[in-house]
Amino acid sequence: MYGKRSRFLSVMLAFGLAFFYIPIILLVIYSFNYSKLVPVWGGWSLRWYEVLFKSEEVWNAVTLSLQIAVVNATFATLLGTLAGLAMVRFGRFRGRTLFGGMLVAPLVMPEVITGLSLLVLFITLKQLIGWPAERGFTTITIAHITFSLSYVAVIVQARLTGMGQTLEEAASDLGAKPFKVLTAITLPRLAPGMISGWLLAFTLSLDDLVIASFVTGPGANTLPILIFSRIRLGLRPDINALATMIILFVAVCVAIAALLMFYQQKRQELDQQIADRGNA
Amino acid sequence: MSDTSTDMTPEPAASQTGLFQQLARRIQSRWRSIIVFVPYVWLLVFFLLPFFIVAKISLAEIVIASPPFSDMIEWTDEGVMNIRLVFDNFIYILTDNLYYRTYFNSLKISIISTIACLLIGYPMAYGIVRSGPVAKRLLLFAIILPFWTSFLLRVYAWMGLLADRGTINNLLISLGLIDEPVRMLYTEFAVYIGIVYTYLPFMILPLYANMERLDNTLNEAAADLGSRPVNTFLKVTLPLTIPGIVAGSLLVFIPATGEYVIPDLLGGGNVLMIGRLLFNEFSANTDWPVASAVAIVLLFLLVLPMTIYQYFQGKATEEQ
Repeated sequence: MYGKRSRFLSVMLAFGLAFFYIPIILLVIYSFNYSKLVPVWGGWSLRWYEVLFKSEEVWNAVTLSLQIAVVNATFATLLGTLAGLAMVRFGRFRGRTLFGGMLVAPLVMPEVITGLSLLVLFITLKQLIGWPAERGFTTITIAHITFSLSYVAVIVQARLTGMGQTLEEAASDLGAKPFKVLTAITLPRLAPGMISGWLLAFTLSLDDLVIASFVTGPGANTLPILIFSRIRLGLRPDINALATMIILFVAVCVAIAALLMFYQQKRQELDQQIADRGNA
Repeated sequence: MSDTSTDMTPEPAASQTGLFQQLARRIQSRWRSIIVFVPYVWLLVFFLLPFFIVAKISLAEIVIASPPFSDMIEWTDEGVMNIRLVFDNFIYILTDNLYYRTYFNSLKISIISTIACLLIGYPMAYGIVRSGPVAKRLLLFAIILPFWTSFLLRVYAWMGLLADRGTINNLLISLGLIDEPVRMLYTEFAVYIGIVYTYLPFMILPLYANMERLDNTLNEAAADLGSRPVNTFLKVTLPLTIPGIVAGSLLVFIPATGEYVIPDLLGGGNVLMIGRLLFNEFSANTDWPVASAVAIVLLFLLVLPMTIYQYFQGKATEEQ
């Protein structure tokens, strides 16, 4: 729907955007503050970035978080793509309702409940089969895959629905076996969706505090766990510097994702044009 | 009584082996089954099974051991005695003043925040829909962008604004509007700000998706027939956007009710919310049976809104 935008709506939009961005802008500005007290301006300085880069604790947390995020994103994309394919392209199968429910539920499940239930699972498993022996990298990654795969499945399902089945049908009409159709037509066309899914899973993992706090063990501090333990005690200029670095990193990731989405859309339009020409 | 105990025993193992056998048979016949099998088993083991374990622990008794709850085998042996304990954990939560107040306060905070998000988000979504094509894309991008930056850091940003010596107080003092800093951080007000700030995009995006599909000719027809804009909005636009309002409200309400980080960082010790209580119960007090029971009650509170949301989502996908 496109129509006239009243003054009231424009004012609300401006107010809303200011509400969104002013806190973030201030956060970034104060990261360049010399003063040790965050809200007191003491002149421009890169002092806190220096503190940040020298902190071994921070580097360890960054490394752990990135490792978890990469492994999580890869497995979540794999499992989420399989799940999405099953939901969209396999018609009715036994247990589909339960599967669909389990696939959507993590999206709306409160984090404290997911975290708590996974922790008790890991403890029970350790008692029964002795695995996982220690909580940390493995348990956090498993927890992240479990909720990330749902997000990937949503993206993959949307992409599969949007793609339509005309090309697949054409391929089978020309004699391609179902498995060949999957690998030669469906998966390559699905690739942009899978990449967006990978990036989303990666960011979700980097962002998670609550679930990781539940399932982590002694010594395994992800970046959000480290940040949280510090800011609980109040404002800290080095955290402002860290926040600025993270915002910069995320901005780059989002730019890549935006480019991919643009490419995906172009490609979709191209496919459509080819299909239309075929129909005419 | 002991009969009741076996009825109430969650038995995921039995139904699962049946499912496993079914799936194993299917693998031999069709490669497609493998594709379903892998994520299916993953979700059964790491998503569904944990809930049964939480339910089991919520029916157990606290013991001084590691892990600090009574064993399930012990529990079934002494069925009668432990059935009493079943109710103990839940009765304790539902009658204890602290838990009762905390559930009530969580619901109050998340309902008021949801309404605030709706009041701010609705005109924003409507404003985006009514913008030109280029402005529309830019505005949508601007709404989604903060959603991608770290949630924790967005909450932290508000700590800097709301603190006693924070940006807002400094500004007001330098303008001479106040002499003493106003206490904002570590109050319920700060929690409202935090929730509205972090969950507003979840309200705007479903509303936008809903409004985008509306037909402007309906508004024009109403105007041609002499309806004033306010009247047209109330009688045409508003009823048509109810699916968007429901979806957006639930996407704010559900996570806000179980929120942990915001009440902890912005509310301090002064704001009671169930997610925070649950987390602290688990880590500080290590009373796992009670914490599990708290989680089960929270889940029951949210099952209805979650079901409504999934119903609306299902309808939306079918329409596509």
